Amino acid sequence: MPVATLEFEEPVAILLKEIQALRLMPSTPDRQTTIARLEARVQELRAELFGNLTPWQRVLVARHPERPVMLDYVDRLFTGFTELHGDRRFADDKAIVTGMAHFHNKPVFIVGHQKGTDTKQKIYRNFGYAKPEGYRKALRVMKMAEKFKRPVIVFVDTPAAYPGVESEERGVAEAIALNLREMALLDTTIVVIVCGEGGSGGALGIAIGDRVLMQEFAVYSVIPPEGCAAILWRDSARKVDAADALKITAPDLLAMDVIDEIVPEPVGGAHQDHALATALIDEAIARHLAEVSAMTSADRLETRYQKFRAMGREGHAFVSAPLAAASE
Amino acid sequence: MAWFKKTRKPIEPQTDKSSRVPEGLWIKCPSCGQVIYNKELTINLQVCPKCAHHFRMNAADRLAMLFDDGQWTEHDADLRSTDPLSFTDTKPYRARLKASIASTGRNDAVVSASGLLDGMPAVVAAMEYGFIGGSMGVVVGEKITRAIEMGIAQRAPVIVVCCSGGARMMEGTLSLMQMAKISAALGRLDRAGLPYLSIMTDPTTGGVTASFAMLGDLHIAEPKALIGFAGPRVIEQTIRQKLPDGFQRAEFLLEKGMIDYIVDRREMKAAVAHSLRIMMGLPPSARPVASAPPADA
Ligand SMILES: [Zn+2]
Repeated sequence: MPVATLEFEEPVAILLKEIQALRLMPSTPDRQTTIARLEARVQELRAELFGNLTPWQRVLVARHPERPVMLDYVDRLFTGFTELHGDRRFADDKAIVTGMAHFHNKPVFIVGHQKGTDTKQKIYRNFGYAKPEGYRKALRVMKMAEKFKRPVIVFVDTPAAYPGVESEERGVAEAIALNLREMALLDTTIVVIVCGEGGSGGALGIAIGDRVLMQEFAVYSVIPPEGCAAILWRDSARKVDAADALKITAPDLLAMDVIDEIVPEPVGGAHQDHALATALIDEAIARHLAEVSAMTSADRLETRYQKFRAMGREGHAFVSAPLAAASE
Repeated sequence: MAWFKKTRKPIEPQTDKSSRVPEGLWIKCPSCGQVIYNKELTINLQVCPKCAHHFRMNAADRLAMLFDDGQWTEHDADLRSTDPLSFTDTKPYRARLKASIASTGRNDAVVSASGLLDGMPAVVAAMEYGFIGGSMGVVVGEKITRAIEMGIAQRAPVIVVCCSGGARMMEGTLSLMQMAKISAALGRLDRAGLPYLSIMTDPTTGGVTASFAMLGDLHIAEPKALIGFAGPRVIEQTIRQKLPDGFQRAEFLLEKGMIDYIVDRREMKAAVAHSLRIMMGLPPSARPVASAPPADA
């Protein structure tokens, strides 16, 4: 089945249609050569397009309907995945999945947002909008990882925490806040990968780690560009400008030390080749896991504290200047 | 106390009145309609004498209300945002900063201070709603984190008076990360066995609620304060219906188990002092605890 093309992929879509038409005709050596040439051109064009994506185009890629979701990666990266359900308080949130498995034969715990892939799944997973019980389940499982001294691997991919009545009633803010505090103190290795949408507090609520990696075309933002545009521009159509202004892309965030490393994606985005996208993540996670696991507990916790402590550094994000100088 | 270097009376900025109460000699209470003499409202800690409606209070008045004799030492007053994203929407963020600095006489949306609270050394950070809606950017994050670290170093309790619309969009993901930074510091304060009190005032929403507002040993709220994560309008869009009256108000949160107690502002200092005495292992206060009359009254 062909992968859905995004609006800015139009030139690629035209070539793909051409290839499809040629394939319907009887195969001849000439046609095969043409198809091969066109396919090469598709790859070239994709590389070119994806090498110059605007921030808003990256948002579209991060939300691509065929982009691998957490459980796609789990299936390919781990063996013997056992899902663990429920927060032991209220319910089992389907938008956050937790479990345990082997990663290169080493036992690990896994936490992540799960968006659905088809309509039925999307509804079942609440489109990746987690409720308080999701964050509480995540913390329960991470505390278990700490107890057994196993590393935690976190996949971040959510539009936001669920903005609904029951979320507020059951204290979604408290659930996220507690995770922020307790993950900072969790005495075991945590490697986080932002692999789709890093949507505000709903993302951050499981995204405290020793290493925070980000896939090439993932985004990580304090507010969705549409919401920002609606508030600051009073026009949600200005989402393209908002996406630009908010500096939500992996290269932007690497430059600000919000993330530690960009994990490359296949040409044209992770949705073009799930297996290759997984292999690239596999390498990055394995390497960071080994590095962090080699640290002593005290070192690891101090380094993790200082990592977040340094976000918004003096000289870069703020200066110390007397008020008189400020009001000039 | 050795760690009070330059204790002084707080100087209230000339231009600060607008963020607190409307201009003029007389003010009409938006809740009961009573016309109140401005000076009477000031003496009454910005609470309507007739119906107890809580007007919004600025950071300086908050600190004066909590610290003994209205005196404290301010810290990190000079920290100022560099506009790290070079953010521009309908106007440049730099211009917004400049306007807020001019109108509040503050460099950003929080004032952090140390002093004595019912004789107990304490660190208090009070948010300034008049500064871009009390929003949390890197300076707010840094100042609150430093205040918490000071509490740990001095073995003093920490109090944050929340009044904020949440994270500051104009500082992007760096704003979001302040939630992580402050929460990590609060983790260290917690493990150091020191009290942290979160006082939630109207409004306390977004990333502020989903980090330090909800990490207190005690969650104290002012009556009817709006407290929530998602904004009411966002929720109404999600559920496609009007929210009931009182949703996300302090009384609602009390009912749902999210806060410890609601207290009238005029009783706030006594309540805070009493709670701190118990946490710090001290006997009851020898004298009645009350907020000092405001400096300008
Ligand atoms: Zn009134």
